[in-house]
Amino acid sequence: MLPLLMSRSLWNLRHRYPLTRRQIFRHLALPNGGGEFQSGEKTLVMQEETEKQTARQMYVDIGASTITRLPFATLEPEDIAFFQQLLPNRALTDPDVLASANVDWLQNVQGLSQILLRPQTVEEVSLILRHCHLRGLAITPQGGKTGLVGGGVPIFDEVIVSMALMNHIIDFDDWQGVLVCEAGCILESLMQYVEKRGRVIPLDLGSKGSCQIGGVVSTNAGGLRFIRYGSLRSNVLGLQAVLADGQVLDLMTQLRKDNTGYDLKQLMIGSEGTLGVVTSVTLLCPPMPVGVSLAYLGCTGFPGVLATLCAARSRLGERLSAIEFFDHQCAHLVHTHLGLNPPISGEFPFYVVVEMVDSDSHEDNEKISAFFEEVMEEGHVADGTIATTPGKVKTLWAYRERIPEAILRDGHVIKYDICVSINMMYDIVTATRQRFADRIKNTLGYGHLGDGNLHLNISLTTPDPTLHSDLNDFIYGWTAKHRGSVSAEHGLGVLKRHAIGYSKSSDAIALMRRLKNMMDPKGILNPYKVLPSEL
Amino acid sequence: MAFRVLVGVKRVIDYAVKVRVKPDKSGVVTDGVKHSMNPFCEIALEEAVRLKEKSLASEVIAVSCGPQQCQEVIRTALAIGADRGIHVEVPANDELGPLQVSKVFAALVKKEDVGLVLLGKQAIDDDCNQTGQMIAGLLDWSQGTFVSEMTVEGETLKVVREVDGGLETVRLKLPSVITADLRLNEPRYATLPNIMKAKKKRLDVLKIKDLGVELSPRFQVLSIDEPPQREAGVTVESTADLVKKLKEIGKI
Repeated sequence: MLPLLMSRSLWNLRHRYPLTRRQIFRHLALPNGGGEFQSGEKTLVMQEETEKQTARQMYVDIGASTITRLPFATLEPEDIAFFQQLLPNRALTDPDVLASANVDWLQNVQGLSQILLRPQTVEEVSLILRHCHLRGLAITPQGGKTGLVGGGVPIFDEVIVSMALMNHIIDFDDWQGVLVCEAGCILESLMQYVEKRGRVIPLDLGSKGSCQIGGVVSTNAGGLRFIRYGSLRSNVLGLQAVLADGQVLDLMTQLRKDNTGYDLKQLMIGSEGTLGVVTSVTLLCPPMPVGVSLAYLGCTGFPGVLATLCAARSRLGERLSAIEFFDHQCAHLVHTHLGLNPPISGEFPFYVVVEMVDSDSHEDNEKISAFFEEVMEEGHVADGTIATTPGKVKTLWAYRERIPEAILRDGHVIKYDICVSINMMYDIVTATRQRFADRIKNTLGYGHLGDGNLHLNISLTTPDPTLHSDLNDFIYGWTAKHRGSVSAEHGLGVLKRHAIGYSKSSDAIALMRRLKNMMDPKGILNPYKVLPSEL
Repeated sequence: MAFRVLVGVKRVIDYAVKVRVKPDKSGVVTDGVKHSMNPFCEIALEEAVRLKEKSLASEVIAVSCGPQQCQEVIRTALAIGADRGIHVEVPANDELGPLQVSKVFAALVKKEDVGLVLLGKQAIDDDCNQTGQMIAGLLDWSQGTFVSEMTVEGETLKVVREVDGGLETVRLKLPSVITADLRLNEPRYATLPNIMKAKKKRLDVLKIKDLGVELSPRFQVLSIDEPPQREAGVTVESTADLVKKLKEIGKI
């Protein structure tokens, strides 16, 4: 009997040890019944599997560890009946539907949930949570499932509460640029909606076609425009969330300023669904920039990259809308795996992409020219090109935006998302490359230059848990030594929960735990995520 | 024998912009809208610059007809590799169609002793696909249109044309007019050093009257409308409902 190891390595081996749907759902045979599957050996399998279902062998980021199922209740026929009555045709137990809802985008984490709920109103969410709270059933709130740390999928048999059907735009105030919408709205559709009205959503992510605003807020997502618009913490004006016991917390407001009491919405933002289920959001949308240009620059070294950032900040000022960097290994992969011909000839150790906006469509040549002259004359930039029209800007952005896609095609990928002071951002990439040279296929560094947020990616020809463990020790150790964050944007989810100690003190973690226990005493909201297990 | 190349570059609304019709239906909104070089003109320009790099062309001249803003497009052409530019100034409100433009080009060809005219096959704003053909007619030159491959062989040009039936290979005697199709080449990006050098390249401004071309309009635009809005589909619950709906709208 093949233990259900949740590691990428096994997923990659799935062709040799195929897990058929029947095999997967045999595991749903939990003690005391529940689960629907067709297997003649039902009773026998249940008895065999009982012990196996209380613990999962899980390869999380910090070493291989076993997650033990906490003593939540299990789904009974009465629960299923309750949900089906509350949500007609929207309480789904179909194995096909659940097979996809149980797996995250990177296919690193696969849950064992038996039921997917699709509420349409906050009242329904409240009743679901109230029921689960009374019964002691664990739930996993689910958005677009695009998270990279396995936060949006269940680990055991948690009830999945999907926000997909709560996808309505409630209101838009043209005058102030305030958008009021439900948590299940897909980011890209919100972007299109507000762009028609001369506004932009204050963040931009690669996953915009699938991610939902509720998840984006719950994970405090960052993205390409962080440097211009800042964190969601200042752009989310209000929200509505359902707490663990079903109580609806209404903090919806369109006010820019409100210093009356503790700012509770900040608890929800970034807590990854462990303190409440976000159901509606009020978002401040800045005016849409009309003239957008993009410069693609080849730099002579990392000091050149830093100097370009300085020049961009001082010369471009409020015209700077994004600044990203990547090394030539990334550029090489984009060229090799995606067939994109480099926009400038010649190879440079680093590339910087600078996006500039104007408040009117007339090209502001003066400031931009001064910026280029400075970086070229001082030798920081050896060559580059600039796109000034929307079509070309989009094409040029692809060289940076499609890097993750290119890396995925290079082999088995291990991703790190760290934040340190900008001037030492690339040191860890060089150090890792040198230290692990013979064991790694490619070490790649790219990221949000202006925020000090490095995406360090490692590609291997074959998965290697020992190497992964060694890399963690090295990279997280380095980050902790430099007082950096081991997860700048991606959050902790289940895969990085045990790395929290590298960036937060045990006192801080203890206080987080007390807060969680106060708000969710039964621990039913997205268990096994964010905070490390207490064992 | 290296020849001089004249490249036409047209300033059009950028292809990525959502075009809106003016409320009075007299045209589309152009104020405050991002314009750029017509994509097919970029391809033609790229081909001209490559000829220069192979020393088959002695000089590449970029030409644009229209109001003051056309000079931005000519500057871009200079940044990509054209040697000098000519802006034929035409006030924004004046009628400027393929016939007038082709007369301008014919006049310039004679004035500048040009051996090859390279244009895009059509402009993405009017989709006329007429200018190249008319220039060839006025000058009585050979023409290769919808060209996806071009080779200079002595005093002739061998071109492959993309036509409805497939690919047609034709040999043309120089001098010639060529209009470029999509697959002729992949245009380069203008490098920063070249963008800065382009500011110093020569750009002459001529009045259309100086070339002896009359601008009398040949046709009048009656109205411009948006295409009909696509209506949302209707979801039905079952096949019976589907049949009922189809009968309601008279399809069956």
